[in-house]
Amino acid sequence: MDLSSINPILLIAAMIAAATPILLAAIGELVVERAGVLNLGVEGMMITGAVCGFIIAVNTGSPTVGFIAAAIGGAVLSLLFAFLTQVALANQVASGLALTLFGLGLSSLMGQSYVGIKPPRAEATPLGPLADIPVIGPIVFGHDLMVYLGLGIVAGTWAVLKFTRMGLVLRAVGENHDAAHALGYKVKRIRTLAILFGGACAGLGGAYISLIRVPQWTEGMTAGVGWIALALVVFASWKPWRVLLGAYLFGGITQLQLNLQGAGVAIPVEYLAMSPYIVTIIVLVILSADKSRAPGSLGRTFHASG
Amino acid sequence: MKFTTLVASAALALGLAGGALADDPTKVGFVYVGPVGDGGWTYEHDQGRQAVEAEFGDAVETVFVENVAEGPDAERVMTQMALDGADLIFTTSFGFMDPTINVAAKFPNVKFEHATGYKRADNVSTYSARFYEGRAVQGHIAGKMTESNIIGYIASFPIPEVIRGINSAYLHASKVNPDVEFKIIWVYTWFDPAKEADAAKALIDQGADVVLQHTDSTAPQAAAQEAGNVMTFGQASDMAQYAPYPRVSSIIDNWAPYYVERTRAVMEGTWESVDTWDGIPTGMVEIGEITDAVPAEVKAEAEAMIEAMRTGEYHPFTGPINKQDGSAWLAEGEVADDGTLAGMNFYIEGVDGDIPQ
Repeated sequence: MDLSSINPILLIAAMIAAATPILLAAIGELVVERAGVLNLGVEGMMITGAVCGFIIAVNTGSPTVGFIAAAIGGAVLSLLFAFLTQVALANQVASGLALTLFGLGLSSLMGQSYVGIKPPRAEATPLGPLADIPVIGPIVFGHDLMVYLGLGIVAGTWAVLKFTRMGLVLRAVGENHDAAHALGYKVKRIRTLAILFGGACAGLGGAYISLIRVPQWTEGMTAGVGWIALALVVFASWKPWRVLLGAYLFGGITQLQLNLQGAGVAIPVEYLAMSPYIVTIIVLVILSADKSRAPGSLGRTFHASG
Repeated sequence: MKFTTLVASAALALGLAGGALADDPTKVGFVYVGPVGDGGWTYEHDQGRQAVEAEFGDAVETVFVENVAEGPDAERVMTQMALDGADLIFTTSFGFMDPTINVAAKFPNVKFEHATGYKRADNVSTYSARFYEGRAVQGHIAGKMTESNIIGYIASFPIPEVIRGINSAYLHASKVNPDVEFKIIWVYTWFDPAKEADAAKALIDQGADVVLQHTDSTAPQAAAQEAGNVMTFGQASDMAQYAPYPRVSSIIDNWAPYYVERTRAVMEGTWESVDTWDGIPTGMVEIGEITDAVPAEVKAEAEAMIEAMRTGEYHPFTGPINKQDGSAWLAEGEVADDGTLAGMNFYIEGVDGDIPQ
């Protein structure tokens, strides 16, 4: 065992990179679920975002434009879900699963001629002298823009849900759509906007994998991250900061266990491999002992005449 | 009147269907563990499937299902294929072993071919390639080229096939470079680009300047390219898009001749349950072009080794070799037998760490 071979600064950077896609997808889904909609299509929207972002970034040479395209791609796909569930009043679970399958197929079709291409590199955010501070600099200030954007979205979501009228209305729609409707709020419109936000966030998360974490395009490359993000929302009791904690725990321990394996730590590999799941679940279950519960109208179809 | 027309046309349709059944094409199914676009393992199996189509044209019909999880899902997919009239089904991942045996027992008239497993039945053959021959070449090049003397290895599951690869690579790396150290990370997946890339980065961060992979995607190649000074080898497929560097050579699985031959056996009614384990001599294992990033002298040595394996002169596991605990395995000049290799569950002397149980 040789722990000195692990460089803590590189490890933390890798942990953050591993956490960011889950964080982005989960915070988007959190908003969708707080509005009372269960969208199981996160995986499909992520992979669509991954391929859209990749294609545009390669063609324009700009990762930033790629990320914008990824958000648009994810949102456009989620619009399909919004149409099915909010207009056609289809079952949300079935529509969400269909969205995942559709997204996986669509992305492999779109990405066919992009296999093996190297995307343009996303540079670290220019924070000037801050990044030069020893130890803290590279850990806190040495990341790409998406890492900070992810944190910003979490903070923003929390603030909006907690302190603003918009957040209150969104939560009302999620808790009891009939009451919200009776008060004159446009349930379908609000939910559609929430679904679009969720799609955009999932798209960003997917593009983070294809443009920064891997970086390349491969079919099916999200490999289940969307499902982990979905589970995380539940374990985090639909609370933004807990989603952040869960994503960083999960991403962080995933990285840590890979590094510990490489360093030859004498813990059996099986335990290391399962540790991200176990630790994340335990921590979030303990936190959710405070009687948090799902939004009241979660997963229920709303019909104005009903 | 209308009703009779309907009956008549139904009868006609039935008749036509009956006629079509008579010269039914041979239906061949493929069950894949990853997507056909993974650029590695599944990609090569799909190349084999396409070779079958090209060979027999309209006389065969091939179907495939990709991204099949190793577990109950696999059984469902195989059952569906058999119900849909498949005559021959190739299941192309180690984890499909028990599902294949289970489904084969229910469909005695359908032939099954399971890749890399060891369980057979009257209608189940197994086939695999001696990837460890390719690993020997990789180990030799890696041992010669590493400057940090740390070689990273991304391992998938602790099964004999993967352990053989680690042993073969280590044996040949340490032969030319006694200081070499292997860092092994088990990722417990065949295909998860993000995780494969993370594992590659963890190894690189810990000083590895050569990364070997036993997973299916090209993600570790991309991670090595990003790092800049790290060498890799294509796995299962050529992965030539990362040549000449980081990818300096590759192991290519060429399943096409086998798939064509087995499909022909089913069409001609000569199919029998067999156990095939071919390597470099028959071309089932190919070594991808060694690029100019490798010095000419090292390249020549590697090519001499490939040639010696092709002619059967050299076996990668030739003694003296000790097991990890120091006990003797093969005596001087002794060659490993296929039975031990097929069930290999131990590291050879010099490899650090334990195999997950």
